Amino acid sequence: MQKKYGVYICTGCGIGDMLNVEKLEAVAAEKRFDCKNHPCLCGEEGLNLIKADIAEGTNALAIAACSRRVNFDIFKFDGCVVDRVNLREGVVWSHKREEFPGPVTDDEKADEYFLDRIQQMADDYIRMGMARIEKIAIPEPYQLENFSKKILVIGGGVTGMGAALDAAAAGYEVTIVEKEDTLGGYAAKMRRQMPVQMPFESLIPPVASDQIKAVEASSKIDVKTGTVVARIAGQPGDFTVTFKKPGEKIEFDVPLAVPEAQRYDENGKALDVDQIREIYVKINEGRADVLQFDPNGSKYGAVILAAGWRPAELDAEAFAHLGVGNADVITNHQFEMMAKEGKVVRPSDGRPAKNVVFVQSPGKDGDDTDFDYCGSVTSMVALKQAKYVREDYADGKAYVIYQHMRTPGLQENFYKSMQQDPGVFMTKGEVTAVESAAEGLVVTAANTLLGEEIQIKADLVVLAAGMVPATKDDPVVNLAYRQGPGFREIKSFDGYADSNFICFPYETQRTGVYAAGAIRRSQTIEESMEDATGAALKAIQCVESSNRGVAVHPRSGDMTFPDFFFQRCTQCKRCTEECPFGALDDDERGTPKPNPTRCRRCGTCMGACPERIIGFADYSIDSVGSMVKSVWVPSDMDFDEPPMRILGFVCENDAYPALDMAAMNRISYHADVRIIPVRCLGSVNVIWIKDALSQGMDGVFMMGCKHGDDYQCHFIKGSELMDVRSSKMGDTLTSLGLEDERIAQFEIAIDEYDKAPELINKFVARIEEMGPNPFKGF
Amino acid sequence: MTLEQSAPAGSILVVGGGISGLTTALEAAEVGYDVYIVEKTASLGGRVAQLNQYFPKLCPPTCGLEINYKRIRDNARIKVLTLAEVESVTGTPGAYSVQVKVNPRYVNENCTCCGECSAACATEIDNAFDFGMSKTKGAYLPHGMAFPQRYVIAPEIIGTDDAAKAAEACKYGAVDLAMQPKTLNLMVGSVVWATGWQPYDAAKIDNLGFGRYPDIITNMMLERMASKNGPTEGKIVRPSDGKAPETVAFVQCAGSRDENHLPYCSYICCMASLKHATYLRSQYPDAEVYIYYIDLRAPGYRYEKFYKMLKDDPKVFFIKGKVAEVAEEDGKILVTAENAVSGEKSSRAVDMAVLATGMEPSLAGAKPRADLVFTEDGFIVNDYTRGGQFACGCANKPADVVSSNQNATGMALKAIQTLVKR
Repeated sequence: MQKKYGVYICTGCGIGDMLNVEKLEAVAAEKRFDCKNHPCLCGEEGLNLIKADIAEGTNALAIAACSRRVNFDIFKFDGCVVDRVNLREGVVWSHKREEFPGPVTDDEKADEYFLDRIQQMADDYIRMGMARIEKIAIPEPYQLENFSKKILVIGGGVTGMGAALDAAAAGYEVTIVEKEDTLGGYAAKMRRQMPVQMPFESLIPPVASDQIKAVEASSKIDVKTGTVVARIAGQPGDFTVTFKKPGEKIEFDVPLAVPEAQRYDENGKALDVDQIREIYVKINEGRADVLQFDPNGSKYGAVILAAGWRPAELDAEAFAHLGVGNADVITNHQFEMMAKEGKVVRPSDGRPAKNVVFVQSPGKDGDDTDFDYCGSVTSMVALKQAKYVREDYADGKAYVIYQHMRTPGLQENFYKSMQQDPGVFMTKGEVTAVESAAEGLVVTAANTLLGEEIQIKADLVVLAAGMVPATKDDPVVNLAYRQGPGFREIKSFDGYADSNFICFPYETQRTGVYAAGAIRRSQTIEESMEDATGAALKAIQCVESSNRGVAVHPRSGDMTFPDFFFQRCTQCKRCTEECPFGALDDDERGTPKPNPTRCRRCGTCMGACPERIIGFADYSIDSVGSMVKSVWVPSDMDFDEPPMRILGFVCENDAYPALDMAAMNRISYHADVRIIPVRCLGSVNVIWIKDALSQGMDGVFMMGCKHGDDYQCHFIKGSELMDVRSSKMGDTLTSLGLEDERIAQFEIAIDEYDKAPELINKFVARIEEMGPNPFKGF
Repeated sequence: MTLEQSAPAGSILVVGGGISGLTTALEAAEVGYDVYIVEKTASLGGRVAQLNQYFPKLCPPTCGLEINYKRIRDNARIKVLTLAEVESVTGTPGAYSVQVKVNPRYVNENCTCCGECSAACATEIDNAFDFGMSKTKGAYLPHGMAFPQRYVIAPEIIGTDDAAKAAEACKYGAVDLAMQPKTLNLMVGSVVWATGWQPYDAAKIDNLGFGRYPDIITNMMLERMASKNGPTEGKIVRPSDGKAPETVAFVQCAGSRDENHLPYCSYICCMASLKHATYLRSQYPDAEVYIYYIDLRAPGYRYEKFYKMLKDDPKVFFIKGKVAEVAEEDGKILVTAENAVSGEKSSRAVDMAVLATGMEPSLAGAKPRADLVFTEDGFIVNDYTRGGQFACGCANKPADVVSSNQNATGMALKAIQTLVKR
């Protein structure tokens, strides 16, 4: 676009009081940019000033006022590129004249060499803003050539059917694929189920049967039973899906990732990318490559993963004290199947099981945890199954022995209604033994509410085994992605297809694939159906966003996407490997094939690329690099004791707001620092750091989110990847004759606004001690 | 450009701008629908804005709020009304008329957040955000992460000299003391109630001593103390003397699972107290924490792991038993409980007691004029057959943030279905 530039300086909110506005205007004049100032730029008069210029053709604006986090709506102008130069929070609110004095006397004011650090900071920020608007462009959305809004639901249980019905009710076409021969999943196999709505007091018939009828009646839903997904190739809005019969081996079975163990040589040394690729090719022989699309595949826009769970099996050895192995000691699943068939009986001899003990926790060595994969669901299942005993036999007795009765929220109502039943006995206790006796079994429990040690005669003992998510055994979703077929972090979630985020429970590392139900965490039917509705919304949102060419969470609505200058690609595969969302599939040569609708626009690929060939319309190696280069680095030619220049790349999601908040609390940090907000630390390319140091800056720091198991990075691995990148810069620094300590990385949470300035000041003090960068002035 | 390929039919009104309301609003808007958020207080954020950290990640809620605010900034489809209350909803699914009362902020959109009005104001009023543990000026910013970032003049100072001084101090003509309440009429297709919860009034629980002894506090008060932007700048101290507590008792089910108070389980209090134990243990490595509980409810693998981590802490003690009384004796807080297993009654003197009070739906008291079905306790029952109006998050049932957001995402779809059907 043909650009006409304008710089607009707000002098309100203390900006004009602390800074010399004429000097700021002189900075704008360095590039002959038009410059205007106003005491309240965000007011009507100020805005009219800007709008009048826009009417005259100005379309690239540097608004030097407050932080981009405020007045976002009023400084947005259609058809213009805008940079928000943060003079208020970034300069005047975060720096004090007592610490960094300005010229006061007339002599000082007339002195060209007076060192006014705060003014220099503001001057630089204007230069950086001007540099940026020169380099950025208005983004144009990415449009897929083929587009499908149809939604694929994997799993035909209550969750899958719920999601399908909800998506259909909003007008979308849906396919349900179910591996078994009938719809319904586990919930259809139950005798009765827990209530799904108030008053949450009594059991109800399985809702699955009504759902099946509704699915069958819907013209928008087609059902493929006895079918599984062989692979899902492509990207949101344009997935190509291959179906097959369970157990079948076909050409379009999904390519597998190289297992972790095979990524190292016999000495434990990590193999390089090419060696790993060799193994990859070998293990995937006979399978079509990820880039080869099934010509007979079906088209979908988004996927809901609702493949559910399987009942856990209890190991006879680990639970020997509970009598596992005895025919009359069964799991809650076996009990349910029996109850569905008829009255509950003893498996050993078919006689009525009138005294049934339900054991909630393995109860070994004082441990109060339940069986693995229980959640709180098994507490409620035990209560439900206790009711079956009472339904089958008027003189039946059910004993529920638990460590914690886990009926959270309104489910407490069902617990309370069960307490009214005189034939249901419930006690906290530690089950120490289940033993055979002359007639049936004897259950011994310690530390119960009924006494220190009690013994209960039982016809049958039911153990509360958990619900193992389908993704524990198999990727299920079978994505034909170079990074592998499954969800990426599944191990840290115990095999569940869960999200790391509390605030954003549907966000995973695979765009357009949303998990719901017991596959993400053990959930009741009620919870699973609710979850299904949420997943359906996310799937719909993803296809609509892809259709508009905009990003989904967390940069929702972002129209930029990474652009690759392939002629210079050296096929190093780093972008493919590092992308947290698996958005890139490289070909046999290693050239990445972008899948823009998988992309979340974090810029990790841009940060990773050693050839610097990846960029976004408004965020690129050049746009940030130019900002870096525009910073004035004074040397001893300019001042006897030149000020330092410390550059900070700051994550815009958490660290930048923390600095804004520090400013609101008037907490100051050193004025020789220059901050550049970045989309994610993952997007920081080391070339920016090199450039900064080679132009004489004294230190560079990165400030981003916490990493580790409970990472706070919105793009999963950004700060972690940057940490690795900067740690590898040692050689480069040595070759420049610089100390490693001139680069640092800090982790900060958004609420640590007191800590952020402190970290910066400590870093500045350390650099001060080291002395100036010897490159200064060259 | 294909921005208008799925032109929205009608708008969605979300009542409440807490985490659930924000979620419903954003998820619907990002599909392509127009959404109004009507928030009663001066800022979005709701209950979670008062929290120091979320369990089990121990991450700050403001992190998610910031992303959500960014999503609002970037989405022209969302209109936010603060200091606004829904007075009535009439009509049928697909065509509702909603009357909204907007109370005066006395500060208009000219506010630049410079803070001069606050500096000029002498009067201090109780800060409800900190449960009265701190004061704010009569002209104040609700909190550092307030959205919109704009000051408010407290109605308490209207008509006083202070208000006039605040108006005078503003260079931008932002203080408008003549501002009057106004009523808006919004036509929408669907309404989602995300009115959330309030902490159960601990003073109603006679035997637990709240309000009589300063060192008996509630879990939400502890949360404010632990927050950097709270009354003690993050330090958890005994309110009576400002000293670091060496022993702290947590009283679980303070009001919850109790027919005289809240008959249901409030879902979050067990996890909240476990989280609070981590606050205390990280601030005071020698402090001892006693947790009195009926059942420890840590549902799901992540919460179970968190509970396990606390069990492994040698200075956190779990006592299964309902607390019979909390009182003060010789400058200490005396917690008396009956051990549920041994039956023994025992007392323990601690420096501070924290009541894990439960959640009461915000609509437990006064109800809006709208065709809604409530439980006896004030939760809104969702009737999907009728549709049109839905409740999400804690307006619907007691829940943690994860489940609230799952449910709030789903309710965005239910609302959209209503619009599509029309």
